[in-house]
Amino acid sequence: MFGLFGRKRSKDHVKERLKLVLSYDRAKLSPGRMEQLKQELMGVITKYFPAAESDYDVKLEQHGDRMVFVANLPLSQADA
Amino acid sequence: MNARAIVVTSGKGGVGKTTTTANVGAALARQGEKVCVIDTDVGLRNLDVVMGLEGRVVFDLIDVFEGRCRLRQALVRDKRVDTLHLLPASQTSDKSALSESRMHETVRLLTEEEGFDRVIIDSPAGIESGFQTAASAADGALVVVNPEVSSVRDADRIIGLLEARDITDVRLVVNRLRPEMVKRGDMLEVDDVLEILGVKLIGIVPEDERILVSTNVGSPAALDEASRNGAGGAFRDIAKRIRGEDVPYAQLQVQGGFFTGLRRLFGGS
Repeated sequence: MFGLFGRKRSKDHVKERLKLVLSYDRAKLSPGRMEQLKQELMGVITKYFPAAESDYDVKLEQHGDRMVFVANLPLSQADA
Repeated sequence: MNARAIVVTSGKGGVGKTTTTANVGAALARQGEKVCVIDTDVGLRNLDVVMGLEGRVVFDLIDVFEGRCRLRQALVRDKRVDTLHLLPASQTSDKSALSESRMHETVRLLTEEEGFDRVIIDSPAGIESGFQTAASAADGALVVVNPEVSSVRDADRIIGLLEARDITDVRLVVNRLRPEMVKRGDMLEVDDVLEILGVKLIGIVPEDERILVSTNVGSPAALDEASRNGAGGAFRDIAKRIRGEDVPYAQLQVQGGFFTGLRRLFGGS
């Protein structure tokens, strides 16, 4: 993954960027809309899980030939 | 490929659609098929000059569509390979003359009445009507992609549009690969492109100065049998694979690298 002097090879950058941009392209969703979705989703989630942490992650993933919406919502240790 | 009408497309411009059409068409004809290459880039005709046939164009695709000539009158026979024919695009007519049903009928006439084994359709850049017309008569596609971000993104879009048209025989041509850049990690590898796009490969064409030289003189590099390595040979291999031959992928060489030296030592190219 990393070449001499820890420099990340530019092809690794482009591959990651392409995978990300294509997941949005394929889902016909702009990254900005995804951020909106994330905010709204958080509102709903905290209504049912007050302990939900704000540090969570939503993304689109390619699983075979279908796109999957993946949300990872950790709950804080004390209340979970 | 079972497809007899193959559209060459890419989404992005300047990645090598016309070069691929000319070279794969010429190689298929040299390998014994009766081939018609069709230029559908109306208003920006170029396949004729790339193939060195510009001086012999009389009628064009739009003349055929609008009944100003018979299909056979518009076909330009190649000087070098007599089973190779060009159906040129119009340089003046506007795109409104393009019609999917006429395109369909033209390709049907070529394969069913005129005895062509294969029709290779050079699509214009973009995803609008020009591309749609070019794809409308095709039952297979070569998607040309350069290993760089915008070309791969556009190829993904085109692959989606081909799928929407139920064109399932879709194969990828990775064009203008620079082995020395791949080697130092500054260019996507073929495997990366395949992984991202999820389409089967049919050819890897290295960046090659001889392509520019061959288009300068209007003679497809694939017809120069002397050049075994490089782009010309890669296009001949693509033609063989289209015909169903199982051709192994050549090991791409870094200029002046160890393997090149070794091959020279043993009298290889």
